[in-house]
Amino acid sequence: MKLTGRARLMVLFAVPVALMSVVRLWSGEDALTSSDTIGASLRLSVPILLAGMAGLWAERCGVLNIGIEGMMIFGTWFGGWGAWQFGPWVGLAFAVVGGMLGGLIHAVATVRFNVDQIISGVVLNLLAFFGVRYMSDLAFVGQPGGGVSQSPPQTSAIPRFDIPVLSGGEVFGWKSPNILLNLEERGWFFLSDLAGILHGLTHNLSWGTVIGVAAVPATFWILWRTRIGLRLRSSGESPVAAETLGVNVIRLRYLGLLVSGGLAGYAGGILAIVASSYYRQGQTAGRGYIGLATMIFGNWRPVGVLGGASLFGYAEGVKLVANDAISTLFLFVALAAVLLVVAAVVNRNTTRGIVTTFVAVVAAYAYLAIDDVPESLTQSLPYFATLVVLATASQRLRPPAMAGIPYRRGESH
Amino acid sequence: MTGKRNVIDTLPRPVVTLLSSLVAVLLALAICGVLLLVTGKDPLAAYRTILETGLTGNKLLEMLKRSTPLMLSASAVAIGFKMNLFNIGVEGQYLFAALIAAEFASRISAPPVLHVLLTLVVASAAGAFWASIAAMLKITRGINEVISTIMLNFISLSVMQWLFDNYMRDDSDGGLRVTTTEIAPSGQVPDIVDGRLNGMWLVALFVVFCYWLIVFRSKFGFRLRSSGLNSTAAQTSGIAANRMIVVAMLLSGAIAGLVAMQSVVGEEYAYGPQATPTGFGFAGIAVALLGRNHPVGIVVAAMLFGFLDSTSAVLQLSGIPNSIVKVIQAVVVITVVIVNEATSRYMNHRTAEQTAAALRADKVGT
Repeated sequence: MKLTGRARLMVLFAVPVALMSVVRLWSGEDALTSSDTIGASLRLSVPILLAGMAGLWAERCGVLNIGIEGMMIFGTWFGGWGAWQFGPWVGLAFAVVGGMLGGLIHAVATVRFNVDQIISGVVLNLLAFFGVRYMSDLAFVGQPGGGVSQSPPQTSAIPRFDIPVLSGGEVFGWKSPNILLNLEERGWFFLSDLAGILHGLTHNLSWGTVIGVAAVPATFWILWRTRIGLRLRSSGESPVAAETLGVNVIRLRYLGLLVSGGLAGYAGGILAIVASSYYRQGQTAGRGYIGLATMIFGNWRPVGVLGGASLFGYAEGVKLVANDAISTLFLFVALAAVLLVVAAVVNRNTTRGIVTTFVAVVAAYAYLAIDDVPESLTQSLPYFATLVVLATASQRLRPPAMAGIPYRRGESH
Repeated sequence: MTGKRNVIDTLPRPVVTLLSSLVAVLLALAICGVLLLVTGKDPLAAYRTILETGLTGNKLLEMLKRSTPLMLSASAVAIGFKMNLFNIGVEGQYLFAALIAAEFASRISAPPVLHVLLTLVVASAAGAFWASIAAMLKITRGINEVISTIMLNFISLSVMQWLFDNYMRDDSDGGLRVTTTEIAPSGQVPDIVDGRLNGMWLVALFVVFCYWLIVFRSKFGFRLRSSGLNSTAAQTSGIAANRMIVVAMLLSGAIAGLVAMQSVVGEEYAYGPQATPTGFGFAGIAVALLGRNHPVGIVVAAMLFGFLDSTSAVLQLSGIPNSIVKVIQAVVVITVVIVNEATSRYMNHRTAEQTAAALRADKVGT
């Protein structure tokens, strides 16, 4: 049985939701699919998502970007400073510019001077980390509430809104019904879970988040549906071939890295302006690296990155809203593995059957044996998941062929 | 092409290398000078303060002390670089090793010198163990070590936090101490100059010397470097690539394991999330790049970084944000890699032209 296209997507979405519903009813942990959890997950996903997109843009044009973290740091600082001085929207714009500055440094070093791309990224992270400290020292020290490691608090925030009718938003002063919340509170199988998830995604939304999520369709459209996108990807797949067809690889790599930096900067801006109301040192907390992981996890595709960021954001969201519910995720994994066992039996795939049975048994045991997963260990989930994906599915991963290899015009024969 | 020779062409390659590093450092100082000027500080005053305070006896000792972890982590990174392995995981390796070694040292009792030696061996083993995960992932599953060591850095931090919180924290005085149990005096390394320079500095120098012996003077080192220069040629001539990866990674991790030992057995006599310094893994990459993976270069670059770090407290007092020294370090590395790249391109070009000219002359002669 092979599903294609939309049907496949529907199954891919509906089956996990149904499973979550079963797990919720079984364990009584309503927080698993509550709108609070999903809302928190969304807020936590967006910076990771944008960091992943930053990696995608850079690697698609042929340059590895280990420096996402540094570009995000620039984003948090410039965003925090701009928002404190001129208000949140200007702050977000500054964050993008700050990130692009990082992208430009990376581009000059790697594209212009052919410095090793990993080295340039690593050094960029160092430069950003200490550079913003220097700037904080000048801009924030002595200001009320500010210091060498944080900016003064911002006085205004990006507006938030609820979507009308679905989640009770206002339309021209008319308070619309909150259908999804109503449905969520019934506690029905599947429907209430679906409503909880949708309610989480449609209420108390920040415009900053919405713009961030829009980066996914925008990236997909630009890179896969426009001429410049095709050229940009071709300079990551085969710069020599692209150049012979008249594509200016150097210029496109500059462009790709500027966009990459801008996205990473915006991710930082979200952290400093939307997720909190001031810049703080260490605000990025390694999310640039999680973004890098997400890019690999998502197989260098926008929708894949979205999936990875949602997964990692959800894990963080559950941890934040309902830390006790973390262990029930083992039950979810166990049930999902059981379904995969059934699928493997139907398809007569012995190896997959054995592997999934093993996973099911381990996850079931973990659910029964572990009540309380140490928080210190759950933090490393994204990194661990990425290593597992790389170790088990590397045959299916397809990174851009020439990402990481310096290109010099006219030197390839 | 015109055959005109400028001054640079007459210099031998090592001199050009040295000059280019010098130029890079000066360029970095100039860039940071502009940064200082733009932000309203007097660059000349800042540099004068750095020189005047840095060149006093106590500060020079501090410089040596601060260079200890840098030399070690740079050597760890450089071993990888020598065979095109990028060990970004030194950070995770050395912190993991510091925790394990500190816990080990606090639990055993042994005669003075042996106690320290055992601790250092355990630190190296722990570092090598953590590095071996990346090596195994690379040779069995083909996972690029850059990605795996980045991921392992974070996994290391969370595993350590878990171990520390649950098993290794010293809770004897009601949880006030946020460290492991203090190491007994027999396991402590004494200072060479009281309170200023610890004996671990000599250990670090010795490790750099071993790095030189292993990489530049041994058969293994020859294989290592040839794998790095041309892996295909190396494999064709019978060098087992996978074995080289494992051994190089283990060596790198073993050296990385010692990075925080000056703090663990020479200063704090324990591991603590706040007490043990972080960030040396990345600083080590910078030092290795600046020192061009050469032992002498590494020692000099580590001293330069140590020198800058030692002046930061005084700089803050004279009204210049001390983070400028870290910015200078980062900019130095950027300019060094850029200038290195440009020089080596130029030198290759020069060699090619000279060879071509010699060939032409030969042809004309016959």
